Amino acid sequence: MTSPTANVAAGCAAPDQSAPLPSSVDLAKETVITGLVRNAEGEAVGGAYVRLLDGSGEFTAEVVSSPEGVFRFFAAPGSWTVRALSRHGNGELAVDVTRGVNEIALTVANA
Amino acid sequence: MSRDTALVSAEWAEQNLETPGLVFVEVDEDTTAYDGGHIPGAIKIDWKQDLQDPVRRDFVNKEQFSALLSERGISNDDTVILYGGNNNWFAAYAYWYFKLYGHEQVRLLDGGRKKWELDARPYTKDIPVRTKTVYNAKEPNLEIRAFRDEVVQAIGVKNLVDVRSPDEFAGRLLAPAHLPQEQSQRAGHIPTAISVPWSKAANEDGTFKSDEELAKIYGEAGLDGSKDTIAYCRIGERSSHTWFVLKELLGQENVKNYDGSWTEYGSLIGVPIALGDEPGKA
Repeated sequence: MTSPTANVAAGCAAPDQSAPLPSSVDLAKETVITGLVRNAEGEAVGGAYVRLLDGSGEFTAEVVSSPEGVFRFFAAPGSWTVRALSRHGNGELAVDVTRGVNEIALTVANA
Repeated sequence: MSRDTALVSAEWAEQNLETPGLVFVEVDEDTTAYDGGHIPGAIKIDWKQDLQDPVRRDFVNKEQFSALLSERGISNDDTVILYGGNNNWFAAYAYWYFKLYGHEQVRLLDGGRKKWELDARPYTKDIPVRTKTVYNAKEPNLEIRAFRDEVVQAIGVKNLVDVRSPDEFAGRLLAPAHLPQEQSQRAGHIPTAISVPWSKAANEDGTFKSDEELAKIYGEAGLDGSKDTIAYCRIGERSSHTWFVLKELLGQENVKNYDGSWTEYGSLIGVPIALGDEPGKA
């Protein structure tokens, strides 16, 4: 059990968000929601707290965006809300996703 | 226990970074966060490398825990202030662990890394040097740790609190949604468990809600204050967060954390499993 993939799957800590999808991830089965957090100027925001809320608005998961602003979730087909908190402000987006990779863009701004 | 003896605010922490007798400890599963920047003076504990036995599926024993704390320079009479990422999940797990081994003075930093960062408080990459100590852990306090047989017997008898997300409870997801979903165990929850996601207890910035709000959340979810309680999640760290709320903030008696949690229960042969959003029958 020394491969990074095995370590990630064993625990609950958020894996490296900028890493490529592990080869063990079966995209015929997984529903991946991934994308970039940007600020109002269009610059990538690293270190943002990105959370996935389910159809009822309940928290499902949270990751920290990579230095390049990348985040990724493994969810299920359906409706979700992706919400980001950062020192550059907050932002959220409702999405409908299907199996495979779903790419979204999230903008944060001070209210 | 109460908020005053279990929790410190980020503001208080920043004012007390150099107070003698306090040891700040960052606890995470992924310690690259610590390496990239941490609270000045804080040391790190790696949830997996330091707190789990490298061979058996269990956590480290009393001797191993004593050796770890001695090596990290923590004394029995130090006040340990724990914090981390993931909304303090692993820090709460470590809190439960320090209590299990009888450490007297432990606090959780409210909001952990997230609150600290959103407040734009300082981080450093400097690694502190602490003198080794001779730490003596006490015998494990099993009044706060539940094992599988006890959990099966608690079905329909005690409060079982499933703190995973609603989709994990219902069996629609097998793991938190930042992880791939293919897992070996079956999906679902322990029959009669109520669903109170850990996140209900936390504000968006990772701090805990007020005692009044917390009491209302668990009351409305059907937690019976006259019964003993067992909290579980997938690997026991999110349920440590809820254990902390029920036992340390709300002061309930007889609250246990089932650290085997769903990875163990969902792999057991022959135990009952309920699917869907309702608790199900015993």
